[in-house]
Amino acid sequence: MAYPSESTEQAALAAHAPVRAATAADTAAGTAARLVAAPADAAAASALLGEAARLRLSVLPRGNGTKIDWGAPPRSCDLIIDTAALSGIDHAAGDLVVRAGAGTPFAELRRVLADAGQRLSVDEVVPGSTVGGVVATGVSGPRRMQHGPVRDLVIGMTVLGHDGVAASSGGRVVKNVAGYDLAKVQAGALGTLGLIASVTFRLHPVPPALRVVRAESDDPGAVGAWAAALRRSQVMPTAVELDWPGGGPLSLRVLLEGTGQGVAERADAVAAVLDGAKTEDAVPADWARPPGGPDDTLLEFAVPLAEVLPTAARLHDAGAAAGASVAVKGSAGCGVLYAAVPAGTAPDAVQRLLLLLRDGMAAGSATVRRAHPDLHAAGLEVWGEVPGLALMRAVKSGCDPDHRLSPGRFAGGL
Amino acid sequence: MSQSDTLHALVPDLRAICGDDGVLTDTAQRRTYESDGITYHAELPGVVVLPTTPEQVAGVVRLCAEHGVPFVPRGSGTGLSAGALPRADGVLIVTSRMRRIIEIDIPNERAVVEPGVFNLDVTRAAAPHGYYYAPDPSSQQVCSVGGNIAENSGGAHCLKYGFTVNHVTGLQIVTPQGELVELGGKAADAPGYDLIGAFIGSEGTLGIATRITVRLLRSPQKVRTLLAAFDGMDAGGRAVSAVIGAGVLPAAIEMMDALAIEAAEAAVACRYPEGAGAVLIVELDGPAAEVDSQFEQVTRLCRDEGAFELRSADDPAERTTIWKGRKSAFAAVGRISPAYIVQDGVVPRTALGEVLGRIAALSAESGIRVANVFHAGDGNLHPLVLFDDAEPGAGDRAEAVSAAILDLCIEAGGSITGEHGVGVDKVCHMPDMFGPDDLAAMDRFRRAFDPQGIANPEKLLPTPRLCGERPGARKGVHPLVASGEAELF
Repeated sequence: MAYPSESTEQAALAAHAPVRAATAADTAAGTAARLVAAPADAAAASALLGEAARLRLSVLPRGNGTKIDWGAPPRSCDLIIDTAALSGIDHAAGDLVVRAGAGTPFAELRRVLADAGQRLSVDEVVPGSTVGGVVATGVSGPRRMQHGPVRDLVIGMTVLGHDGVAASSGGRVVKNVAGYDLAKVQAGALGTLGLIASVTFRLHPVPPALRVVRAESDDPGAVGAWAAALRRSQVMPTAVELDWPGGGPLSLRVLLEGTGQGVAERADAVAAVLDGAKTEDAVPADWARPPGGPDDTLLEFAVPLAEVLPTAARLHDAGAAAGASVAVKGSAGCGVLYAAVPAGTAPDAVQRLLLLLRDGMAAGSATVRRAHPDLHAAGLEVWGEVPGLALMRAVKSGCDPDHRLSPGRFAGGL
Repeated sequence: MSQSDTLHALVPDLRAICGDDGVLTDTAQRRTYESDGITYHAELPGVVVLPTTPEQVAGVVRLCAEHGVPFVPRGSGTGLSAGALPRADGVLIVTSRMRRIIEIDIPNERAVVEPGVFNLDVTRAAAPHGYYYAPDPSSQQVCSVGGNIAENSGGAHCLKYGFTVNHVTGLQIVTPQGELVELGGKAADAPGYDLIGAFIGSEGTLGIATRITVRLLRSPQKVRTLLAAFDGMDAGGRAVSAVIGAGVLPAAIEMMDALAIEAAEAAVACRYPEGAGAVLIVELDGPAAEVDSQFEQVTRLCRDEGAFELRSADDPAERTTIWKGRKSAFAAVGRISPAYIVQDGVVPRTALGEVLGRIAALSAESGIRVANVFHAGDGNLHPLVLFDDAEPGAGDRAEAVSAAILDLCIEAGGSITGEHGVGVDKVCHMPDMFGPDDLAAMDRFRRAFDPQGIANPEKLLPTPRLCGERPGARKGVHPLVASGEAELF
């Protein structure tokens, strides 16, 4: 078949949104895009997707691009759709519900809600994220321990399908079991099942008081015992975070939120469990951030709760043996943590660490969240074994029959 | 071969899979399963199987898939949307013989159970260790965890603790093609699409859960329950708004109106304050210091809004007394009315007062009594529409009032079902809440799991046969432009 020329393509797309040629900055995990379009609203994005479908273009939704390198490299990327203008906040304060456009800066959403004494109980893990980016990557910070990961707080979603058709699921009330909860599969799908146009979240009131209890140790076994003791306690922390930089001691931070008197008493109870505990009145600014620097390889592992510290220790020791100082950080309370392998570590060494992590766990998973294109080129196994892949493939084909949406970015080459 | 011949021809194979006593063909035995919690939807199942292992479930489903025979999963049959309504041309797969608690894993805070296990039995098994399973539907003594998976069950305490979907980390399922698939496990965040999240609440249309891994929560240090009596629903509703507005997140906030109270008194003599036009039950749980300070706050707010009597319960026996009236309310209505319909609509909490007022108006206009019992914290209404089934046409009139209540919920921006599910009962209301494109996306999702359309067919999504053709079903692209949804940002 004859392909339309680039200029014809661009003209067809430009009927729906401003389009420009991609620059060197418009890449995803090393895959270069050809064109970038910035639709003015969801209707324009819908029309643009419809046009892209007719032109058989591969499409990659992009918010602020802070996590565009996450996942595997897309097999192709004809068109980046920039969601920045799909913004807007519709806050129903009395109902503790908000609907936000995908391109809305996450920080702006938090600001608006905070002004009303409310919050979306999801920490901003990567600064500069958009609402759509947070949901599409499914990144959930420390507070997921009490409030669940971001997908648990999504109560409704509108998604533009591969052909631009908008479909909504859920609604604007928290309690709702009408129809399939399709937002669940969209959350964390890295834009492979559609373009998220807007999301409705349930909110929480900002608790009046907050206290953080922190303790340090060089012994992972001791920290593991603290975490186990916290589980047996009844203090109900909002978060239990482990931070183990490449060098130096492990630290455990326990976040307590509630009433003034309540958090004071609970902090005392936590301090009694940890050795040498210090109590603080705020969380550090970077506490929800993944460990390491922007060029490090970022891994994520999820294990049963009692396996967190043993797994972290195994990874730490194996890194040290390979000459790579691995930093581990994340929710010890949920068993979901990040690990940063320093940039420049040889690809086969990274792969060995990943395999060791996977082979050593009785249950759970280890995946690569973000890696340098060279590591992808060297064949880094991003996902490991993914049970249920045949069903996922069927879901993908149902949503995106020509596999044009962020193709290859997701597990199993989806 | 007719459909029933096809089914009969499968019986020897079904016996080979499930054993002779695991296949019921006798009419009287099948009759036991002809309906679930909604008895006015009834159908004699073609065959009933009672498998005891995941492999048997898979074998039965595979056989159904090979022959294009529909199957319907069923747990304890307590559902309230006829989601387990059998098919005369199909196999009813009942999980009640899969009732083992496989593991209580306290260090990892998980339980692994078979689908037929009663919800409350998970908590009973965990309780000696100081743990419990949070989702607590009213039927928890007899409803199955597998049924809870199908319906994404909540319960009175889901205001604070969420629904079944928030408490499951692993599922083994049998797909509609008869394959056993493991999704997730004891760890969170299994890689790939969140199929567990989408499977929960899919009402048996995506397959059957055969093994379930759930989170166990540490029991709260303290639980306190408050009963507040008000002159009328308005004052009670204002108290609910005041509590939520103050930033308190109770484990439960339940409300009953005068008619529901009257019914509960007649049935269980719950001794709620005399003359109450509304009672509010507020339960707080958590660390003792938090509970005590919030309890004072809630008490004050209720008094400010005009509560004329307040009772508090700090031990299990006193709590049971307070909850007795609320928990018995549905059944109790049977004491004051020969028949009734339970609705399950949801409204945004701020619309509660207005919608309750309009329900009262509907009731007054139609002369049909409506008792209100509801989860006030999350706007989930359970209006009980009372009627006398011996009176000709009364059922239809009650049905009309019931449907009008759902319309009010949708108009207010709510949902047609908060926890009972769509099933058969509300399937024709789905187009009132979702557009053709929304339903088409859901249908594509269903077909990804079930290309043959044999898993609990004609439930959850409307079909022309059931609900008639809807005008304006759109095929093609550009719906946003067409429907002017640009404001959706």
